[in-house]
Amino acid sequence: MSTQSIPAATTEPAGPARGAKKRFLHDAAEHVRDTGHRAFVRKALGGYYTSRDAQKSRYRDWEQARDAASLAKWSAVNRLDELLPRFVAAFEANGGVVHWARDADEARTIVLALLRDAKARAVIKSKCMTSEEIHLNAAMEHDGYGVVESDLGEFIQQLRGEPPYHFVFPCMHVRREEISDLFGKHLGTPPTDSPEELTMIARRHMRRLYVEADVGITGANFLVAETGQISITENEGNARLTAALPRVHIAISGIEKVVERLDDLSVLLPMLATAGAGQPMTCYNTLYAGPRRDGETDGPEAMHLVLLDNQRSAILADPEQRDSLHCIRCGACLNVCPIFKNVGGFTYGTTYQGPIGSVITPHLRGLADWNHLSGASSLCGACTDACPVRIDIHHHLLQNRRNAARTAPNRWERLGHRAFVAVASRPWVFATGGAIARRMLGLLTWLRPPVLRDWLATRDLPRAPARSFRDQWSRR
Amino acid sequence: MTTVPGARRDGSARETILARVREALRVPAPMPHLKSHAPAPATPGPRGLPQLTVLPEQAARPWLPDGGETPDEQLSILVENLGKLRALVHRVPDLTAAADLVGTLARERDWKQVAWHDHPLVAPLRAGIPCGTYEVRPHAFDKSALEACDAGITACEALVAQTGSILVSSATCGGRALSILPHVHVVVATCDQIVGTLGDALHFCQARADGRMPSMLSFITGPSRTGDIERILVLGAHGPKELVVILVG
Repeated sequence: MSTQSIPAATTEPAGPARGAKKRFLHDAAEHVRDTGHRAFVRKALGGYYTSRDAQKSRYRDWEQARDAASLAKWSAVNRLDELLPRFVAAFEANGGVVHWARDADEARTIVLALLRDAKARAVIKSKCMTSEEIHLNAAMEHDGYGVVESDLGEFIQQLRGEPPYHFVFPCMHVRREEISDLFGKHLGTPPTDSPEELTMIARRHMRRLYVEADVGITGANFLVAETGQISITENEGNARLTAALPRVHIAISGIEKVVERLDDLSVLLPMLATAGAGQPMTCYNTLYAGPRRDGETDGPEAMHLVLLDNQRSAILADPEQRDSLHCIRCGACLNVCPIFKNVGGFTYGTTYQGPIGSVITPHLRGLADWNHLSGASSLCGACTDACPVRIDIHHHLLQNRRNAARTAPNRWERLGHRAFVAVASRPWVFATGGAIARRMLGLLTWLRPPVLRDWLATRDLPRAPARSFRDQWSRR
Repeated sequence: MTTVPGARRDGSARETILARVREALRVPAPMPHLKSHAPAPATPGPRGLPQLTVLPEQAARPWLPDGGETPDEQLSILVENLGKLRALVHRVPDLTAAADLVGTLARERDWKQVAWHDHPLVAPLRAGIPCGTYEVRPHAFDKSALEACDAGITACEALVAQTGSILVSSATCGGRALSILPHVHVVVATCDQIVGTLGDALHFCQARADGRMPSMLSFITGPSRTGDIERILVLGAHGPKELVVILVG
């Protein structure tokens, strides 16, 4: 387990935060009460369902496309030992430089060293969830580098001092009036309620920064072993600019992003777009093979790729949940999850929110502290149905619950189960206990013992029947 | 390039990670649960794992969105898709007509400066441009000069009917920035550059690159866009606000 030396950025006041679980329960309860916010998030997602279904219907067989996408990822992840070195050799032959990072700390050290080496003054970034995972911005700012997030949603979140709310739609929880105020405060622009005008404010602000930046930092969606290219998917064009204008391009990627052949992308790119945002293709899908070549007009002088393990190899070592490394970070499972829609993105307190985040975070950051996320599911399976690469998400949540019970059994839970066995295996104890319980039920509502107070605050106890089922049955 | 401190530790990090990966994969994982009734391609590979990805020659993929079989079908699917993406499509008979069209666009939109690159389909269009021009060239690239341009004209590698995408490369389409930095991107292409599917476009590039890919290949699917504010679609986030496709022939 890598130590997260820099605390995970959360928006919620740390308060008397006694562990992630306590904070989760507190934030979830808070969020569920905020019906206005929940309605806002639901409305924002409404358009997604419509456009996703429209695009899915253009596939001649969506299920078969999911099979193909899932097989492409399965065969790559299960041959990572062979494909990762193959990718690296091809990428280096293209003139790129590879850096291996065992954990977050090592990845930060590498990037900071690269910035020093490039004598960087201004850094521009495009959306990169691995950089959130390793808390890169805080480390860069600590070392005195000015860094600007260029993706509109990430830029808004950076100005707000918040992490992304959703790993694909970072600021989907923010209302346009708040964005207008935010831009007014930081950029001195006049108020507006037009999303278009707000987008243009960010566009105008950012253009100079692309031209001035010395280093551009991006993520990576796929690493193609066959050709040594990295593939980056985006809508705004900010990643294209980030990898075109600065002198140095640094990409950060998890080791699990490898696919075997370039041709695999002809399935994965449209699937990512349709599942993730209801598009036929994301606006820019770009393959980079090293820095500018001789004869090309422009492009960076150097291209670096940081390959991050950070516990991914631990997930790989679990054959039951290895398929969670197939994830292409489309975010479809968040968009359909009833828990996500009710508790919101920040409540998770993780880099990767929603169902897939609940599966992988216990592996990335420790099952003992993060097992409560396995319970943040109604097990309805909507996530599994939505997943374009067929990750068995909701069963993995069950497996995490089982594993947690095995590794750190709860004494009270155990005691309870033993007591139940003792009672249920003796019919006369069971009957007597039942009779007492039927009479005590009303008393509990009246007494409201502290143990049950929270539970009773939002629920009514049922009225106990006068006679037990066994009694009624025997009199028939 | 001087030595990077991070790189010095590379040797051990690389070995550690690869050792972890090898160790992790000693226990095989079950195959994913497939739902379709397609015959599973199951030729055993070198390590007993089935070879699953479809070979290029079998890559018809009759389950993805349709890209059309004949050139006519592909053209009509492409034009329909580009329309849905809110790209502007113009069909012209020859390059002279294309030059006139660019001239009209420049006057309508009041362009002051137009960027271009040397290419048999792009160079002839300069004749129609009524304002200043800027040529992007190796060894003389000036990003501020390009930033000041209203429009950039480029060629492309291929047009993909299936998704309405335009494939550009850093080798033949004026580098990396020309197709993304100016506010309007004008693409000049011939109808025989249209291919059916994404797979066709990738195979075309691979065959032509002969083992050495250009440093950038980009599928452009409509003008730049964002939905980050309340999930409402806005065109022209950071890249071009307008994408104009001129099909010659």
